[in-house]
Amino acid sequence: MTTAEKPTELTAIDHLRARAAAEGLLDVAYTTADSPFGPLLLARTERGLVRVGLPNQDADELLVDLAARVSPRVLEAPAELDEVRRELDLYFAGKLDHFDLPLDWRLSSGFRQRVLRAINRIPYGQTRSYTEMARKAGNERAVRAAGTACGSNPIPLVVPCHRVLRTGGALGGYGGGLPMKEALLELEGVLDGKGSA
Amino acid sequence: MTALPPFQTVLDDHSAAVMAILRGAVGREGADDCFQETFLAALRAYPKLEDGGNLRGWLLTIAHRKAIDHHRARGRAPVPVAEVREVATEDGIPEHDPGLWAAVGALPPKQRAAVALRYGSDLPHAEIAAALGCSPAAARRSLHEGLKRLRKELA
Repeated sequence: MTTAEKPTELTAIDHLRARAAAEGLLDVAYTTADSPFGPLLLARTERGLVRVGLPNQDADELLVDLAARVSPRVLEAPAELDEVRRELDLYFAGKLDHFDLPLDWRLSSGFRQRVLRAINRIPYGQTRSYTEMARKAGNERAVRAAGTACGSNPIPLVVPCHRVLRTGGALGGYGGGLPMKEALLELEGVLDGKGSA
Repeated sequence: MTALPPFQTVLDDHSAAVMAILRGAVGREGADDCFQETFLAALRAYPKLEDGGNLRGWLLTIAHRKAIDHHRARGRAPVPVAEVREVATEDGIPEHDPGLWAAVGALPPKQRAAVALRYGSDLPHAEIAAALGCSPAAARRSLHEGLKRLRKELA
């Protein structure tokens, strides 16, 4: 074997991945992608994007969770995530203000999913309050539950929970850490870079 | 009961061992195909697997069956070998000897698997037993019989 050659099992794994995809056996395909904030985990099913893992989240734990909740047929398959990666790159470059990606909502349900679907309709560069999201999801008084729904968003960035703020404009929380939420709002032109809207 | 890990973990942890035993069992040329067949079969069956406790044994059992299929498909006959080369090598690992592996390939299935698992993947008897679905004593016996037969054929 020369040093340029891959070990045989790696070449065989490439072929295996292609055959698994052709046979419809890639229940969950994932890859990691670079972002200005660090590596993201991207996972999709045949329905669409199912999970985005932020840089401060443990990718291995997320994959174990996907295996338990979606299917244990979880395989690394970067080509399956090409379009997701492309749109995210454009978004981080400030060149995309609307994701056009099929989404798989199965990791959320009930009230939480209704909150997340409402969040998904907040336009680029705008913000809403947790109270408004609770109302859109059908229970105006469930503000705390709406906050929890944001915090448990399985598809952050694409489902823009960073656009949800406290009534009055305070940032609230963010799964990826507040500096990331601030940076995203700056990118979208909501914050002026000094942390105020 | 152990929860099933993501299949990628199974692949990462065991692909080298599976490739090693397949090389031992069917040779370098056939190993690639058998490797893919092994993991495709594993991937198909994976969600229905009840316990993730002995994935290595489970995979090696599948690999073993794929190696048998491979030999059947090629109608492989025993290859008698007249002489065994006794050549010293620097690192103590014998050079690849097609005659020897052909003789291993011609052993009855259990013996062949036991020899390949022991000397191709360096598995202990307990894991060979798990892979073959038999007791450690039976695995030891298969290995012993296989080696005896190899010594006779290669003598």
